[in-house]
Amino acid sequence: MTASDAGSLSRREWLLSDRPASRLQARLGRAYVAWRRFSANRLALVGMLIIIALLVVAAFADVLAPYSPTVGDLKNARLLPPGAAHWFGTDDLGRDIYSRIVYGARWTLYVVVLVAVIAAPIGLLVGTVAGYAGGWTDAILMRITDIFLAFPKLVLALAFVAALGPGIENAVLAIAITSWPPYARIARAETLTVRNSDYIKAVQLMGASPFRIVLRHIMPLCISSLIIRVTLDMAGIILTAAGLGFLGLGAQPPLPEWGAMIASGRRFILDQWWVAAAPGAAILIVSLGFNLLGDGLRDALDPRSGDQ
Amino acid sequence: MTAAIAIDGLEVVFDRFRALKGVNLEVREGESYGLVGESGSGKSTLLRAITGLAPVASGAITVNGKALGKTRDKAFYRDVQMVFQDPYGSLHPRQTVDRLLQEPLAIHGISDGEKRIERALDEVGLGKGFRFRYAHQLSGGQRQRVAIARALILEPSILLLDEPTSALDASVQAEVLNLLEEVRRRRKLTFLMVSHDLAIITHMCERLMVMQDGEAVETLTASQLIGHRVSEDYTRNLLRASEGFVRV
Amino acid sequence: MNGNRDAQPKGTLLEVDDLRVTFPTRTGLVQAVRGVSFSLGRERLGIVGESGSGKSQTGRAIMGLTPPQAEVSAKKLSFDGIDLLSISPRQRRALRGNRIAMILQDPKYSLDPVMTIGRQIVETLRTHEKVSKAEARERALEMLRAVQIRDPARVFDLHPHEVSGGMGQRAMIAMMLIAGPELMIADEPTSALDVTVQLDVLNILDRLVAERGMGLIFISHDLRLVSSFCDRVVVMYAGKVVEQLKASELRDARHPYTRGLLNCMPRIGFERHPLPVLDRKPEWAA
Repeated sequence: MTASDAGSLSRREWLLSDRPASRLQARLGRAYVAWRRFSANRLALVGMLIIIALLVVAAFADVLAPYSPTVGDLKNARLLPPGAAHWFGTDDLGRDIYSRIVYGARWTLYVVVLVAVIAAPIGLLVGTVAGYAGGWTDAILMRITDIFLAFPKLVLALAFVAALGPGIENAVLAIAITSWPPYARIARAETLTVRNSDYIKAVQLMGASPFRIVLRHIMPLCISSLIIRVTLDMAGIILTAAGLGFLGLGAQPPLPEWGAMIASGRRFILDQWWVAAAPGAAILIVSLGFNLLGDGLRDALDPRSGDQ
Repeated sequence: MTAAIAIDGLEVVFDRFRALKGVNLEVREGESYGLVGESGSGKSTLLRAITGLAPVASGAITVNGKALGKTRDKAFYRDVQMVFQDPYGSLHPRQTVDRLLQEPLAIHGISDGEKRIERALDEVGLGKGFRFRYAHQLSGGQRQRVAIARALILEPSILLLDEPTSALDASVQAEVLNLLEEVRRRRKLTFLMVSHDLAIITHMCERLMVMQDGEAVETLTASQLIGHRVSEDYTRNLLRASEGFVRV
Repeated sequence: MNGNRDAQPKGTLLEVDDLRVTFPTRTGLVQAVRGVSFSLGRERLGIVGESGSGKSQTGRAIMGLTPPQAEVSAKKLSFDGIDLLSISPRQRRALRGNRIAMILQDPKYSLDPVMTIGRQIVETLRTHEKVSKAEARERALEMLRAVQIRDPARVFDLHPHEVSGGMGQRAMIAMMLIAGPELMIADEPTSALDVTVQLDVLNILDRLVAERGMGLIFISHDLRLVSSFCDRVVVMYAGKVVEQLKASELRDARHPYTRGLLNCMPRIGFERHPLPVLDRKPEWAA
């Protein structure tokens, strides 16, 4: 056995130790166990690679894109098929589709991250407060949630965008407003299963305020199911954003948003199929990536399997 | 001597079901008092009513001379703490022992936390090696020790024990009972202990109350029970049952 | 092993030799049962041990209810001359319930919640014997009467959640006994019950076992209860049998684990402060 093998072996033992000696070791050990469970799932790793690739592409779009995403060569390069100069061809304004997809990764990430950052905390808060408080608070909060759930997501988002005006920021806002109710439902269900447990009662008997119990003892238990659900929903968010873009209510030209790109490629779909197919494939792959990642996270983070 | 806990005509009603039907009880300061009964006798409900976890319909509870109202203030929880029955359910699954013990200190704004945590772990016989473990890294007996440490860390004067050993193996039960006796002696605690097992109650307590269907059957001293000087048939039945199976 | 050979009865019903149950886990193989041997006649045998001693897995292995990922091996595991490990799963199923029955700890989880108690008993009978519906009903009612249910016709039509724990466990016993098994395995049958109910249920079990000449394996953590109920006791620790002895000779137990287990329980009228605790020696598990 080489020295590095011995080193890594003992590091693993340190991480998996049943008797961690510090807060840090306990936390790292827990993370390592989750990682081992996650990485045992090949497809989840594929999903993670796709998402990492998306992040890299978005971060280095300036380097990776050979052409400008917004300014095309109208004279010489209209609707060229895929080739050596333009890998994915060009669109009706002579713009390089590959460059537009690379820059589009930024907008996709922008939408997904902003929606998650807005919707997940709202859902978590509403759900845990409703579940823990019970009674009237619960009834009122959950009826509001039901009202949001009663409308199809895209239709509701359409209504909001129509009211707020088209544009990618408003699209993000509309999607966020329509996507928190399922998170509230999940958080509430999770809260109901733990609120009567002895360990929550024990904290009540310490004299903790309801606010503290929800924030520090109940929310951490809901977060993993929420992360899983949000990850699985990412694909849906991308599609909704694309849908809004396609209908002309999301990103406005000349922004290289993938949904809007499909919309503009629609007119040539029979003769110049690549204009719509390339962003379509990008949406497909990224959605798939998020779904696979979410599935892997479910195995790794599920509190029901996470204890033993 | 003053009463640590005085209960007068306590009624607890859950959705029309009367779980406690006018129970009176007096636990003296420094005493260890037992509540015995079978499931549905209301013995655990009594503990929960004291802590405010069960709804009191009528009756009065006085703790250390102070009458309790509808809600309990923080000072109450520094006087009265509770150990639950199921050590697998009473520790937060995502928190280390350290976090669990820190929580009561943070809630009550106690500053010498570091020292108190180490002392509490030592006191329940766990030591520093257990400080950063999660609940799933502990055995049943170790979990119950952590639960006891958590209850003791606020230095209460009264400890409520809800079947603290019924989920444990016999040999582990002996260790936990010994530990409880030891901390009671050292800290001069008042115990109010619930169990279905007469042998445990006579071992741990000086006086006891036998309960059935939300009512007190009779009040005895441990020596009365040991000498079989009981007046109610129900108590006699319990005594017989606790002696094991007899072929008829 | 401290097997008391002379304590073994003639007319062996079940023979277990070197039984092993191995579970695969993330960190390797774990043996829950490590070479358990005993034999059983038409008698009451108690298997006692603490959690993790392998007592329940021993019972499940005999019953054929070991989880599929685990592996069971034995030099010999035979019931009435039938080698349990070599017969087909189908033959094993036919044996189970018909000639070998099992009672579990909590009737709440072992009875079907959406079927009436009577129908469950009737179905159990009809899967093992060809009888008419009317006759099955008659025999089920008779069985409910035999487990001292006072109003069998009413209980027949109740669902499991509508009866108390003691009543549910009686119904469970009735269901298990209806096919007339020769061997009964009871895994902590009374641990979920109140003490006074516990004795009633044990009395019923005791009488039926004696009347029908069954063999009984009584698995429990409660050494005192087992020793007052059974003829012989097998004490298990860490997957092994540490001692086998007649229940009447329990006071003379030689193994320190058995003695420690007997000693550490509080008893009414014996003041010991602190209670003696068990000092576990690694060589017990060796």
